[in-house]
Amino acid sequence: MERSTLNLWVGFFVLLGFMAFLMLAFKVGNLSLGASGKTYVVTAHFDNIGQLKERAPVRSAGVLVGRVSSIHFDAVHYNAEVRMSIDEQYHFPTDTSASVLTSGILGEQYIGLDAGGDDKMLKNGDEIKLAQGAMVLERLIGQFLFNKAQDGNTAKGAEK
Amino acid sequence: MRIDSILKAVRMVGDRTLKIVERIGATVTFLARILVHSATSFKRPGLIVREVYYAGVQSLIIILVSGLFVGMVLGLQGHETLQKYGSEESVGVLVALALVREMGPVVSALLFASRAGSAITAEIGLMKATEQLSAMEMMAVNPVARVVAPRFWGGVLSMPLLALLFSAMGIFGGFVVAVVLIGVDNGAFWSQMQAAVDFRQDVVNGIIKSLVFGVAVSAIATFEGYEAPPTAEGVSGATTRTVVTSSLAILALDLLLTAFMLKGWN
Repeated sequence: MERSTLNLWVGFFVLLGFMAFLMLAFKVGNLSLGASGKTYVVTAHFDNIGQLKERAPVRSAGVLVGRVSSIHFDAVHYNAEVRMSIDEQYHFPTDTSASVLTSGILGEQYIGLDAGGDDKMLKNGDEIKLAQGAMVLERLIGQFLFNKAQDGNTAKGAEK
Repeated sequence: MRIDSILKAVRMVGDRTLKIVERIGATVTFLARILVHSATSFKRPGLIVREVYYAGVQSLIIILVSGLFVGMVLGLQGHETLQKYGSEESVGVLVALALVREMGPVVSALLFASRAGSAITAEIGLMKATEQLSAMEMMAVNPVARVVAPRFWGGVLSMPLLALLFSAMGIFGGFVVAVVLIGVDNGAFWSQMQAAVDFRQDVVNGIIKSLVFGVAVSAIATFEGYEAPPTAEGVSGATTRTVVTSSLAILALDLLLTAFMLKGWN
């Protein structure tokens, strides 16, 4: 086969492959040109993280602002230390609160950030002091039954 | 008497095992030899371009068509099961993750081994049988540098591109079945896919896999051709061995790579 035809076909093939790569990166994957890729790390201590996993999303007002980078057990305070990388373009006040939430009934767990009103912003390495852990279904049901029983008791007491 | 026959059987097992280990060792040594003699093919990229045409462009049709069909089947099967749980929008996630992580690299490598790998083995084996390789050596041309290395690099370069095209085509096939034919919501299909597929963890790892498979298939194909007995029977046996060994190597390497990628390198 002639050299120029060969080059044409191979060039065509490589361009096609590159287009497939771009499609997989931008249309299928979540790579976006807007994100700077630079992040800063903040930590939070939760008494219970439920099913939270590494790389779980961190959302504020439902928008993805970062990801959980690591989860450790804190042997001093007996709770879970969660480090999260937040996109550098988003800044949060120091009195921001973090809570472990669930998307949908059976969905994945994520960290929700609710911004506070402080003037100072969280920096790299800071800790979020207001942290609320995951709801555990058994405890919720237990609490509900306990409250119900107590209600019944007080009602009986009132009758007497 | 009985002891003897048992010993004979054990000896046979040992012999087979040693032969397999020897074969793996010889392939790796040959791979090192290709790498040492690769300079020529990079000084003359025309040689590699020619092999990318024969290994890559010629495999394009089979890769694109199989990718489309695999994606469509994944879409149908995924939808069938997911609708039981009322989450048929997740079919996009299923199709994309299955293709980008596993099916794309593995199935395209298996197809590549049987389409291009066997052709490389047959070509080199026949060159050896007709003493073209000896003739080259006689003219002080190193056959590994001139014949083997360009074919090896052509295969290594083609494989990731083919795997990417396979995945892209498969996702398009899944889209056609799920959104166009069945009627899953278009926006949910793509947005759930984008939320679940990570560029670094899924797309890049898939490319790394296909690169490793490309190296393995190309090394096995060129080795089998180069070491083929110089007879018609020998070349046909070598071609069969290329397909069998490459397929096994792809699946075994895939298990290793997947384990490392999901569970970390330590």
